[in-house]
Amino acid sequence: MPQIFHPSTNTLSKLSIFGAVFFLLALGWIVSALMRSSYFTGVSVAREQPVPFSHKHHVTGLDIDCRYCHTAVEDAAFAGIPATHTCMTCHSQVWSDSDMLAPVRESYKSGQSLEWTRVHALADFVYFNHSIHVKKGIGCVSCHGQVDQMPLMWKENTLYMEWCLDCHRQPENHVRPQHEVFNMHWQAPGDQLTLGKALVAAYDIESLTSCSVCHR
Amino acid sequence: MSTNTTSRTRVDLAAIRQQLASVQGKQYWRSLEEVANTEAFQELLQQEFPRHASVWSDSLDRRSFLQLMGASLALAGLNGCMSPPHEKIVPYVRAPEELIPGKPLFFATATVRAGRATGILAESHMGRPTKIEGNPQHPASLGATDTFAQAEILTLYDPDRAQVVSHAGRISTWETFLTDVRAQLGIHKANQGTGLRILTETVISPTLARQLQTMLNDFPQAQWHQYEPAGRHHTRSGAQLAFGEAVETHYHLDQADVIVSLDADFLGTFSDSVRTTRDFSARRRVDDPQANMNRLYVLESTPSLTGAIADHHLPLRPREIEQFARILAQQLGVSGIVESSASLPEEAQQWISPLLHDLKQHQGTSVVIVGEGQPPLLHALAHVLNHTLGNIGTTVSYTDSAEAQPTDHVDSLRALVRDMQAGQVETLLILGGNPVYTAPADLDFGTHLAQVKVRIHLGVYEDETTALCQWHIPEAHPLETWSDARAGDGTATILQPLIAPLYDGKSAHELLAALFDQSGRSGHDIVQDYWRNDWTRQHHASDQASDFNTFWQTALHDGIVVGSAFPTKSITPRTDLADWTERSNTGESRDAAHQTFDLIFQPDPTIWDGRFANNGWLQELPKPLTKLTWDNAALISPHMAEQLGVTNEEVVELRFDGRSVEAPVWITPGHVDKAVSIHLGYGRTRAGRVGTGAGFNAYALRTTQALWSASGLEIGKTGKTHALACTQDHSSMEGRPLIRTGTLTEYQQHPHFAHEMSHDPPPDLSMHPPYSYDGYAWGMTIDLNSCIGCNACTLACQAENNIPVVGKEQVAAGREMHWIRIDRYYSGDLDNPDTDHQPIPCMQCENAPCEVVCPVGATAHSDEGLNDMVYNRCVGTRYCSNNCPYKVRRFNFFQYADYDTPSLKLLNNPDVTVRTRGVMEKCTYCVQRINTVRIDAKKEDRAIRDGEIVPACAQVCPAQAITFGDINDGQSRVSQRRAEPRQYGLLTELNTRPRTTYLAKLRNPNPELAPQHQGGRHDKPHHT
Repeated sequence: MPQIFHPSTNTLSKLSIFGAVFFLLALGWIVSALMRSSYFTGVSVAREQPVPFSHKHHVTGLDIDCRYCHTAVEDAAFAGIPATHTCMTCHSQVWSDSDMLAPVRESYKSGQSLEWTRVHALADFVYFNHSIHVKKGIGCVSCHGQVDQMPLMWKENTLYMEWCLDCHRQPENHVRPQHEVFNMHWQAPGDQLTLGKALVAAYDIESLTSCSVCHR
Repeated sequence: MSTNTTSRTRVDLAAIRQQLASVQGKQYWRSLEEVANTEAFQELLQQEFPRHASVWSDSLDRRSFLQLMGASLALAGLNGCMSPPHEKIVPYVRAPEELIPGKPLFFATATVRAGRATGILAESHMGRPTKIEGNPQHPASLGATDTFAQAEILTLYDPDRAQVVSHAGRISTWETFLTDVRAQLGIHKANQGTGLRILTETVISPTLARQLQTMLNDFPQAQWHQYEPAGRHHTRSGAQLAFGEAVETHYHLDQADVIVSLDADFLGTFSDSVRTTRDFSARRRVDDPQANMNRLYVLESTPSLTGAIADHHLPLRPREIEQFARILAQQLGVSGIVESSASLPEEAQQWISPLLHDLKQHQGTSVVIVGEGQPPLLHALAHVLNHTLGNIGTTVSYTDSAEAQPTDHVDSLRALVRDMQAGQVETLLILGGNPVYTAPADLDFGTHLAQVKVRIHLGVYEDETTALCQWHIPEAHPLETWSDARAGDGTATILQPLIAPLYDGKSAHELLAALFDQSGRSGHDIVQDYWRNDWTRQHHASDQASDFNTFWQTALHDGIVVGSAFPTKSITPRTDLADWTERSNTGESRDAAHQTFDLIFQPDPTIWDGRFANNGWLQELPKPLTKLTWDNAALISPHMAEQLGVTNEEVVELRFDGRSVEAPVWITPGHVDKAVSIHLGYGRTRAGRVGTGAGFNAYALRTTQALWSASGLEIGKTGKTHALACTQDHSSMEGRPLIRTGTLTEYQQHPHFAHEMSHDPPPDLSMHPPYSYDGYAWGMTIDLNSCIGCNACTLACQAENNIPVVGKEQVAAGREMHWIRIDRYYSGDLDNPDTDHQPIPCMQCENAPCEVVCPVGATAHSDEGLNDMVYNRCVGTRYCSNNCPYKVRRFNFFQYADYDTPSLKLLNNPDVTVRTRGVMEKCTYCVQRINTVRIDAKKEDRAIRDGEIVPACAQVCPAQAITFGDINDGQSRVSQRRAEPRQYGLLTELNTRPRTTYLAKLRNPNPELAPQHQGGRHDKPHHT
């Protein structure tokens, strides 16, 4: 009876067994790379909004403080998205005929809210609190990036759990003085680590990594 | 009623009795099957994890199973290839003042049930109410609530609520209704209101009372009727008899050393049970062995919460209780009473002299309380007894009634039906309530209602009454409306809405204003006008600087109108009632009645008179004594079951006064012999998708003559069975001392008796390195001596933690989801056992068996000692639950949480994840509250204060049995409670080191009556 498989197929089978390992590894790498790609994470992708609001213009150009609009950031979990009324405090006078701002005026007139697309979305089982981070000296920039340089809003970081834990395990790498939290241009004078360690002690920062701190 | 063929194995009650008699010391048991050790029970135990066993469906063969499995895996993989959906953020157009998104606001208002207001603080998350807490300033609440108040929030969002104005079953409009009915009222205007009738439930709203009065002035021939199905009919008549006016009786149990309850369930179904429980439990605190404790004697027919915590309890038939009371009165020297104790059961006779002795020793610090089920005469007699014992002014006080018009409801309804029958009722306005379903059967309300020309029903649901009325107006829920209501002591609360009516409902105020006032004022204006008048009347003389606006804002903010409580009346009861002597001559008829069975009606402990029938939380809440859910049953004693030859779940026919219903039997240890108790509220035909068809209708047997109990019941077998879902026989104690009780004397002699019942392993006995808790270490103690087993904690937890309702079939499979359950234990005599309750939340073990077996790290130990449950990691292996010795973990076998019904989405607490199918969950010590307080404290640069974190169960507890706090802080209340000698942990011999610990329960028996208590000490410690 003749052989069904030619002896050369031995090599082929060895190769495919050997290759399978690489294939699986490659697959794992691809999936992991894909998960970290901006396609999945949304990092650096500007979202379309009903009004092309520019943080760059309002923060850098006009020097408006973050808290003028994000009023609850020091009090509550949610930083707060300004009510239409807040926009109209200026825009009833400034650019009051602009086409771009038509949806804002329409909202104010009709009482129907503007619908913004969420840029920083966390999963529903994650409970993040802005106020405590602000209190403990985590700057806006640390998570949201140079918002003052963003003409349209995008996400600077993945907001993945590994990213959260980076800081929760070593807060000294990111902590800044409380009065510099809203400063977009703050740089550690000298060594961040030395200052960070001093601040962690001064602010009584606990490295909270228990599950229930964020998940409940 | 559905029937099934698989009957429960018949338990041999005689053998059980023998078994219990042969026990040395004290044996606890949870179900008859457990004591009898039936084959079925053994089988249940052999299935190692009955609660979490999978139910295998044979409908799928292996091949198609694998095909489906493969397909679903592939699809699950695909699912991962999509980026998360883009969410919208929708800010306000004009942000409301004081509202910070993500932070709840609390508004003081009240809930109303059975002619009583309970002050509440309703939590609102961005305009939607999510949780109800008690109002600490309100006298009937003091910060706690009962289960009904907790469940109101679910009723608010119930998708089955009436949503439109309807006419003859067709959708109509409010305007059409007004046009139509105003035309009709024009006729009445001409005839001075002849034929115009209004039927309400108990009215305790001053504003509504004034509106009704104004209406009656405008239509002098019109009449106002009241009917409350589970109201205080006999209590009211009893006060009328004794004092000549329907005064309100207030018991000050915090002042009472000796309490005698004559069928009075003052901790359960009593109108002010929340406050009464607080006062009662204040005298059950025994912080150290020298503390004194009150003593409670209970004579009752149906086992109740009050009987369960009693130091002495005795099952007696309703008439025997009356007889017993008359003997007490005679012996205490109340003139004109002649009564013989000859026909009383022997045990009752033995009670008389020790009880009298105890009462006489505590003149002025004792109290006799009579239950609503007893006849008015006995209520009057109790007033005399309290007077004789010098209790009036100390433990008992009287005020005017909180009811706007304290009339006899049965007479009132009877008069209405008589006139309807005679064709004298032209227009009937039914303001709330469901009289077609709840009216006594002999009045035949539904039939006679048809003779009324114009029938208008205002109700939260389209129910049985709606079906027989032309017009139905959706009623606004108390959380949607302006109103006011009085507590038992007269304290008024102004009810304020937290949300605009979801379905454009109207309040009774608005309906009356629209019909009779023509002005169509808003509820707010109507209520405010009343209080403005009231305020002006009180302030016109004194020219004070305060203005009405301040008064109004303060009243709304505080939830009470300061100074509105009624002054105490100093009155003495008449002691010369002629009827008292009369009764003793009816000995013969009493003997005749003795031969037949008694029928006893009780408001249901979970769905009350049926108004909560469509509330899934309450339907699924195990009834405190029977632990039944989703059904009512004919409760009978074990002895009677033997005589009738019936067993649990067997359907019997109850025949009374020419009417009959079929009801499944439930054998209830401690129930009086020769009597059947049935609970009202079930057997609804138009309740909604939750309540329709559950249980049988007890109202079908209830008559005006037999409002609460009567003799002459006949029982017939039907051969059918009806499966009941009971939550209390899914496990065995295996002889381990889970519940530990003792007597006060034992405690004084051996303060550490509870602790000594088990031997704890040395603290370092663990394979794993010990955790160190440098910061806070959360712990909880539950004082079993205070706990009455009322279930409020279970329901508060359900509301706080988004716990789903699973339905009767799932409960029967042991899959109820409650994070804190109340275990009920019996001990002693089968016919009159001691009953004990023990709440079981997660023990948050320091050496937690659940943590080490999770393959995916979904349950982990926190820095503060909590066993965190991480839903997003859980893959549903259920290993953790199988390894949990306390069985407190709950698994989502199906998609129990409702993701689809829009109104129910509003119900959820936004601070707690809504769990999906396939995920394990359990008590978290309300970690969302811990985190909130921790963040608040950190923001203020301070440590968390003791008592600042209050879990939902502790907050709602009327008995203040639950203490929570930091056990690292030696000064905290929880540390002090843990240091008490009564403290013990559950199954500590397994080296779990639970953070939740218990304080053993004590009873304070009268030494002269002591043999009932053999003491709680086990003969020897048990090891497992």
